[in-house]
This record gives sequence, C-alpha cells and structure tokens, in this order.
Amino acid sequence: MWDLIGLLVNTTVFAATLRMATPLLFTAVGGLFSERSGVVNIGLEGMMLIGAFTAVAVSYFTGSPWIGVLGALAAGSLMGFLHGVASIKYRANQVVSGTAINIFAGGLTVYLQRLIFKMAGVSEAVPRIVDVELPIISRIPWIGPVIGRQNPMVYLALLTVFAAHIVIFKTVWGLRLRSVGEHPGAADSVGINVYKTRYIAVTLSGALAGVGGAYLSVAHLSRFVEGMTAGRGFIALAAMIFGKWNPIGALGACLFFGYADAMQMRLQEIGIPTQFVQMMPYVLTMIALIGFIGRAVAPKASGQPYVKEG
Amino acid sequence: MATVLEMKGITKQFPGVLANDNISLDVEEGEIHALVGENGSGKSTLMSILYGIYRADAGEIYVRGKKVEITEPRDAINLKIGMVFQHFMLVEPLTVAENIVLGSELRRGPFLDYDQAVREVERLSESYGLKIDPHAKIQDISVGLQQRVEILKALYRGAEILILDEPTAVLTPQEVDDLIEVMRNLRAKGTSIIFITHKIREVLAISDRVTVLRRGKKVGTKPTSETNAQDLAEMMVGREVLLEVKKDKAEPGEEVLQIRNLVVKDRRGALKVNGASLAVRRGEILGIAGVEGNGQTELVEAIAGLIRPESGQILLNDRDITQWSPLRIKQAGLGYVPEDRHRRGLILDYTVAENLILGLHTEAPYKRRFGLQDFRATKDNAAKLVEAFDIRPPFPHQPARKLSGGNQQKVVVAREFDRNPDLLICAQPTRGVDIGAIEFIHRQVVAQRDRGAAVLLVSAELDEILSLSDRIAVMYNGKIVAVMPVEEADEHKLGFLMLGGRLEDYQAGGGNSVAG
Repeated sequence: MWDLIGLLVNTTVFAATLRMATPLLFTAVGGLFSERSGVVNIGLEGMMLIGAFTAVAVSYFTGSPWIGVLGALAAGSLMGFLHGVASIKYRANQVVSGTAINIFAGGLTVYLQRLIFKMAGVSEAVPRIVDVELPIISRIPWIGPVIGRQNPMVYLALLTVFAAHIVIFKTVWGLRLRSVGEHPGAADSVGINVYKTRYIAVTLSGALAGVGGAYLSVAHLSRFVEGMTAGRGFIALAAMIFGKWNPIGALGACLFFGYADAMQMRLQEIGIPTQFVQMMPYVLTMIALIGFIGRAVAPKASGQPYVKEG
Repeated sequence: MATVLEMKGITKQFPGVLANDNISLDVEEGEIHALVGENGSGKSTLMSILYGIYRADAGEIYVRGKKVEITEPRDAINLKIGMVFQHFMLVEPLTVAENIVLGSELRRGPFLDYDQAVREVERLSESYGLKIDPHAKIQDISVGLQQRVEILKALYRGAEILILDEPTAVLTPQEVDDLIEVMRNLRAKGTSIIFITHKIREVLAISDRVTVLRRGKKVGTKPTSETNAQDLAEMMVGREVLLEVKKDKAEPGEEVLQIRNLVVKDRRGALKVNGASLAVRRGEILGIAGVEGNGQTELVEAIAGLIRPESGQILLNDRDITQWSPLRIKQAGLGYVPEDRHRRGLILDYTVAENLILGLHTEAPYKRRFGLQDFRATKDNAAKLVEAFDIRPPFPHQPARKLSGGNQQKVVVAREFDRNPDLLICAQPTRGVDIGAIEFIHRQVVAQRDRGAAVLLVSAELDEILSLSDRIAVMYNGKIVAVMPVEEADEHKLGFLMLGGRLEDYQAGGGNSVAG
C-alpha cells in the first residue's frame, strides 16, 4: 500500500503533473476569455492542433522553436478570428462552427504534414525548447525537484494564469469583457462595443490554444504527430468549466487532470494494462464533471449571438 | 421654466407599422412629464429614438435649445440623457458599484479604480437619498433596489433628463411609494423626468404634465391638474372606458375548491407554500393579495397539477385531486389562466386557432379517429372565440407570437373561459395588458362568477384585487394570513398584512408601522 502511495505521491509525479497541465493551462485560459465574452469555443482542440503543427513547421524552417511558438500564436489567432467571424458576424451556431474548426484542423494538419515532411504519421525532429534550471529554487528540497527544473513554457503557462486573473478581474477591459458575456444588451447600452470585445476575446482564445498546442510539439516533444492533441482541447474546456470560468479555478482543474495524466504514466510502469490506464484521465474527467460542477454558472450570454437593435 | 428637451415631428416606420407618426414632445427643467398610452402606442419607440437605440426616419431633436443628432446611446449619455429600461440593463454577477461605473469607469492606468467607484456611488446615493450598498451583487438585491441602481447609473453619467420606462410595472406597492419619493427628490434637484406608464393613478399622483399617445400618434399634452382618470383613459383608448368593474353582490354557493394544510416546494427545493388552507365557493371571486414570491405561484401551480405538493390536500368538487395529472384536473373542471402566458399559456409558434384548443385537443370534436386533428372543428371554434372575445387582428391562422400582449391574453382567456369551468384560476390575468383589454377581461371574469364558477384570482395589482374580489385572502410567507370580505379591506390594510403585519396589530394600532 505504502509502495503505491509512494509511487503516486512523489516529486517526479508532481513535476510530470506540471508538464502535463501546461498545454491544458494555455488552452483553458484561452477558452475562458472566449466564454467570458459570450462565445462558446469548442474549436479549442482544432486550434491547438494547428498551433502544434505550425510551431513545428516554423521551427523546422527557421531553426528556432521560440519563433515556432510565435507562429503557433499567429495561426491560433487566425483560427480564433475565423470562429469569431462565423459566430459573431454571421451568428452561426457556435458549436457547429467550433466542430467545423476541429474537423478542418485534423485534415489540414495531416495534409500539410505530408506535403512538407513527405512522411506519414510524424514529422521530422525539429529544434525544441529545452528545460531550464532556476538558480536558487531548484535547490530547495521538495519544491526544487518539482518546479526548479522545468520547461520555460511551464513557467509561462503559470504566469498566463495569474495574468489572466488580473486582466479579467482587475482591469477595466476585464470588467467590460464580463459584462459583454453576461448581458451584452446592458454593455451596449452604456456604450461598450460588444462585437469588438468579442472579437478580441475569441482571437485571444485561439492564440492561447495555439500556444498550448505548440508546447506539445516543440517543448514536450520535438516533432509533430498527427492528431497529437488527442482530446486535450476538450479536456481544457472541461477544466475551464470545472474551474467555474475562473483562471485560478482552471489552474486547479488543469493540475488535477495533469496529475491524472502523470499518474497514468506511472501506473503503466507497474504493469497495469496500458489501455485501461490510458482511460484514467478521461474517467476522472467525467467523474469530476458530474460530481463537482453541477452548480457551476456559465456566463449568461454564452453561446448567444448578440443582435443590435435599430 | 426653461425647456430642456424638444422632439419635433418624430416619425418612425417599422415593417408594417408606423410606430411614431409625427410626434412632438417638449419637457421642461425640473418637470415630471408622464408619457402614457396603451401597448403599441409608440411610447417606447419614441424614447428609444431619444436614447439613440433607434433612428427616426424624420423629425428633429433639440436639447437645451440646440439641435442634436443622437445615433447611439453614447450620444444621449453625452447630452446628459439617461434611461432606465423596463428590463433592467444590469449585469447580475457584478456588484452595484461595478454596474454603475460600467462603460465610464474610473481608471488607474488599465486598472479599474474600484475604491474610487465605491466612494463615488456613496456620494451620489447620499446626495439623492438613494440608499444602496455599493458592494452588493445585483443578483442578491431586490428588484426595487436594482431599479435604484439603474437610476444611480444614469445620475453617475450626469443625467439631467431621465427617462423611466414603465418603472412601476415590476414594483410592489411599497416600492412604488419609495420610487415616487425618489422622483420627487430628483425633481427638487432640477432633474427632468419622462415617466412612461400606462397606469393612470400614477400619472395623477406624481406628474406635472402628461402626454398621451395612441397608435403612434400624439393625442395631446395637458397639465395633470387639468385632467382626470376618466379623461386620460378615454384619450388613451379612444373611446369611453369603464374604469370601475360593475358587478352585483355575490351569491356564493357550495365550496368548489378546498385546500387543506398545503405544503409545496418550488423546483429548487425551497419551501414556498407552508401550510396554506383556503376554500372558494361557487359564485364568488376570491382574490389573493400578496407581494410576489410569497407562494402564490406555487399554490396555483399545485392546484393545476403542475407541481406535486409535499403534503396537504386539494379537493375539487369534493374529489381529492392532489395527485392528479394536469390534464385530468382540467377535465375535472378547472380553467386556468397562468401568470406567465408565454411559458404556460400559449405555444407562441402555433396559430391562434391551435392555441385555442390546447388541452382540448385530446377530446372530441377536435380529435378524430387514428389521432388525427379535426381541422374544421378547430377552425369553427376559432372563428367563434375570435368573434366572442374580440381577438385582434381576427386572423386565426396567424401564429400567436404576432399578437399584442393583450390579445395573446385574450386567446388564453377565451380558451379557458369558454369551457365554463367549475373552478377558474386567474393568475395575473391583466399583466402587461392594455386598459381596453383589462376592462374586457374583468367583465368576463365577473360573467364567469355570475354563471356560477368559483373564481380564484391572484394579482399583484391591489386595485384589481379590490375591484374584482368578493372576498380577499392575504398570502404572506407561504401562509394565508387573513381572509376578509372586500368591504372590510382597503389598500392600506392589505399592504400592512402583505408585509407580514398581523391583523390584530392593525386593528389595535391603526397599522402605522409594520415593525411595531
């Protein structure tokens, strides 16, 4: 028994938890901006995937994974903006538009991957972002092994969470964002530009999802694998809901899902069937969603196009 | 006094409707100007044009003598025009202070200066006598306080001309008194108020002048002191209106509805009816007075079979219907005009004719073999009821959605009354309905009583309760706290009981204070 606990509660697992939570964090915070503005973004998965591919392609041609991340950010923004055009300007059903983006992303990345790398399934290896060691923190017992030596994007993800919290709850723009997602008519009546706010939020959500995808391909791995997001966009969406549309809450949820992912890797090592273990994060997700978020309250105008009168 | 606002020759055409036809309006400084008219008379359109939500097709607006173009709400705000909408424009999870400053925030760099916002709200609330907690969330405060937030929102933006769109429609009688007090305060400070309403009593109580609109046209403007209720009603409706309900004394018979110790929880599990007992007799109208949310809705829905009671008994014609389905209760003799006609009374996308047989569609003559609908019977029924209940426009094949609120209500009333039920429940039967239609519905309710129906009337309008009922029950906190013949009731007494005062205290102390 103690062996099992020792296996599941140790600094290696916690360090892995952070690594696995990182792509979810970027994406969940992205989804949060979108939903807070009143646009449901179910296309996060596709935006991540396109980000993952773009990062590898750009890294391949420029030799710099960081420029690759910027490329992913741009590609994700473009996808976010397209989702915005469909759901804000043309008032398309947001679930349909998001699903379309997911399917489109699956096809496009496979096509481009085979076009550019002339290989099926995986791309060539590209330069990746390497881990860094924080000078003093890495020597602190317990904490050091967990956060002292990580990928820079892990730190970036944590920073993003706290920055998002400040933007949403402390700035004027954040106040307006929340009002637009709750009651666009009220926001409009006091002179807030509902459409512009929503465009910015949805584009931002695509950008962050793109960066989340880039982490997978140029930081966690160093290549693109077809379909490599493997549902993480949806898990991020679940984390956002589980975290009650708050960045800090989403952080907690992402760590929870990240832990499930990390634990799965350890359980495989001790001989529990792979397929069973791989279901774990998803089963935990379901349980978490059923058990905890029953009373979570979404932004009221989420999913509803705004039609200006007159 | 100086004229602060002039609207000249405002015309606005919507597809199929000329909503405003060459309307002119002028408002003076420090004046409460009532703008009245029935639904669809163009009041809201005119004010939406003033506030920049719609653009007029023709006409000019002058503010403080200068011609202005108002193309969006921001223009209106800059001209110191504020508007309190009937449906509040408040963001529920945000605090009072956040809502008030939203869109015109006090900043520190990109950050919201929340402390400063709170101080500003406190300052305003002090100087206008509008007490409010700046830190409270909108979702946690009463409708009356929410309205106060809306007024503060306008004042924060420097409003000198304040438009109040049917502000009393959502308030309890006590809250209306508070609002009138606030309006007087504002007037004393030089604010001009345009007060939209269709309640004549309020016009007479507070306004300085009144402008009446009818079907998109202006009927006239008069100083309030030179008009009266009858005059205003006729201007609004365009014909003579009976404001008083004419009825003979009730001749009640046996008890049709008996409720014994009823306990009902709402859908969220909150206890709403807590041991209520009541009886309604054949040939009488029993009115239930009470501040909304004291269990009236749940009481009525339990009788109609829409919520299952926790305990207690409901008897209809001496049969226990407590566990029956809504359809079975209906067939046993219940007619039910629900308080929310859109949710419970109508299927808006169905035609008027189809709505007129809802709940009867499972019976002859509307149902034929193999579950087919008899279109001829449906059509004949519709033709008959549209005529008898004066449903306008008289097109039974139109979707119910296209009708005005008053005519939608007439569809519900026609369907429920025409079956001559033993028990008739009318919940808020004239909510959002024009004076003309109110008069009609009231006459029909009395006719049902005279025919021998037992009528249970639930209304938030004390006027309606007092003028229609033969007996009045007061509901407070899930219980029936008093029942009295209408002769022994007046507005003051009912108001006292509705807020939790006890009958004994009222009789002892004259009912001056609820707390005492």
